[in-house]
Amino acid sequence: MKDFYLIYKNLTRKKMRLFLTTFAIFIAFLIFGAIMSLRSALNAGVEMSADNRLVVVHKTSFTNPLPYAYVNKVKAIEGVKDVTHANWFGGYYKEPRNQVVSFAVDPQSYMTVYPELVVEPEQLSRWYKNQTGILVGERIAIANNWKVGDRIPLSSNIFSQKTGGQTWEFEIDGIFKGNEEKIDTSYVLIHYKYFNETQSWGGDSIGWLILTTLDASLNEQVAKVIDSEFANSNNETDTSTEQAFNKAFIDQIGNIGLIIFGVVFMAFFTILIVVGNTMVLAIRERTNEIAVLKTLGFASSRIFKMVLVESCLLAFLGGLLGIGGAFIIIKGASEQMARFLPNLVLGSDVLLQALAYMLVLGLITGIAPAISALRLNIVTAFSRG
Amino acid sequence: MTSENLFELNNVAKRFTKGKETISIFEDLNMHIKTGDFMAIMGPSGSGKTTLLNLLGGVDQPTTGEITFDGQRIDNLSESQLAKWRANNIGFIFQFYNLMPMLNAAKNVELPLLLTNLSSSQRKAQVETALKLVGLSDRAKHMPSEMSGGQQQRVAIARAIVSDPKFLLCDEPTGDLDRQTADEILEMLQLLNKEFGKTIVMVTHDPSAAKFATHTVHLNKGKFVKAEELLL
Repeated sequence: MKDFYLIYKNLTRKKMRLFLTTFAIFIAFLIFGAIMSLRSALNAGVEMSADNRLVVVHKTSFTNPLPYAYVNKVKAIEGVKDVTHANWFGGYYKEPRNQVVSFAVDPQSYMTVYPELVVEPEQLSRWYKNQTGILVGERIAIANNWKVGDRIPLSSNIFSQKTGGQTWEFEIDGIFKGNEEKIDTSYVLIHYKYFNETQSWGGDSIGWLILTTLDASLNEQVAKVIDSEFANSNNETDTSTEQAFNKAFIDQIGNIGLIIFGVVFMAFFTILIVVGNTMVLAIRERTNEIAVLKTLGFASSRIFKMVLVESCLLAFLGGLLGIGGAFIIIKGASEQMARFLPNLVLGSDVLLQALAYMLVLGLITGIAPAISALRLNIVTAFSRG
Repeated sequence: MTSENLFELNNVAKRFTKGKETISIFEDLNMHIKTGDFMAIMGPSGSGKTTLLNLLGGVDQPTTGEITFDGQRIDNLSESQLAKWRANNIGFIFQFYNLMPMLNAAKNVELPLLLTNLSSSQRKAQVETALKLVGLSDRAKHMPSEMSGGQQQRVAIARAIVSDPKFLLCDEPTGDLDRQTADEILEMLQLLNKEFGKTIVMVTHDPSAAKFATHTVHLNKGKFVKAEELLL
């Protein structure tokens, strides 16, 4: 601790240099925090996928419907545990800009296949019995200030009612949460039966099937059997694990991983050069002072540590400010983008990664000047000065 | 003042290798410095004054020979042992003061005490005493850039004596100062020698400065010579 004052004074001796270097690191970690949070949000669906859950979609496109009859056929396949299905409703609340992700599902089987969705038992049983009932996710309920018992109109931008109009009236029977924070709860579930009976187009068809296998080791085998079962029919299927399905969905907007890696790498590499160069120059300027400290009796190892701590402090100063900035940006963006990116948060995983990178940045940029300080020969340093 | 030898150099040689050439600074140099001495070392440039000072200060090692300080050999100590030895026994005063520009006078003086186990309040008390001794109590919070050359050198002296070392090494301590300020600094060194019993070795080019010492030795081409020989 006695050396901390010296380290602090060295760090702050040139205010403008400190500001510019800190700012460079700040920008790097701002980008890192924001982009990694975005990636985490995009990958949340992939990360939270169950190991033994498969998704069956139309082979041509997942937007093409499948016959309802497939549900029972898939159920009969060996190795399949539970089967459910879902339809995209294309909902919005009051105005088209208030998009509400809505699925028409078979309530009992859906909740069996998705055990991570947690609902109060009485709310769940009420929803099971009430065909015009709706189960809403906690996040979207909060965003729209919905409560259990509320009656809400949901319109579809795809389907219309047999009686005319595109708006359905629903009663909120329950609010579901996830058993983990990252579980998406920004959508609503309506009864497939009600939807199917009241809509005017494409009856008795489903959007996709979701099933669980008896064991994850059976996934590949079950997927093959399902696809071969419907091969050469009008509605051929493409079965994949939920994880692969979600990843493929994300990959449609580009190789996010590669883009993010590229941006973060470039930012870091640039900052590394800038900070490394600054540290080398800063230590070079102090050659005489380091020689004086050594003459007074400061051990080389102690000076080595002081230089390394200084570069780490610089990295943490800029880095923490950057992550703080990213946190504020992500918090603001998550409120605006709750419907599209429900899991957009700067989570502890990103924070821990950032802290690790700050340490790495500090060590890498500090090691060369620290070694040169360690090796500095007093006689040579004074003869140079 | 006692007459015991504080420093003894026995058959000390110092050689440097430059490419294929070996340059000898000293060969078989013998000298002793008694406790309580105030010795001035004079000699032309390249005579080996600074190298001798480096050997006495433990910042350089002899190629061969023995150096003992207070009965303890220091020529065979490791770098870290020498660092500790310097911290415990030597106070350094440089020509260009060598103060840390980002620290105020008090913090500069405190530097050697960071190597001790003294508490913050004990360090503060010792710093105050050292600054008082050099007459700069009122300048404790001043930065080096806010002080004159003479004041900076007095801060450097305070830094050299704050941990109460037995031995002070001064490398041209007045080389950067005007005559009047130089004399003030030299009087201060004299005081430290006479009143506080500090053994002092001072390298200087200036005969007027050497007069403040109790005796002067002359170095030429790595050998001690008489003053008259130096003039020849």
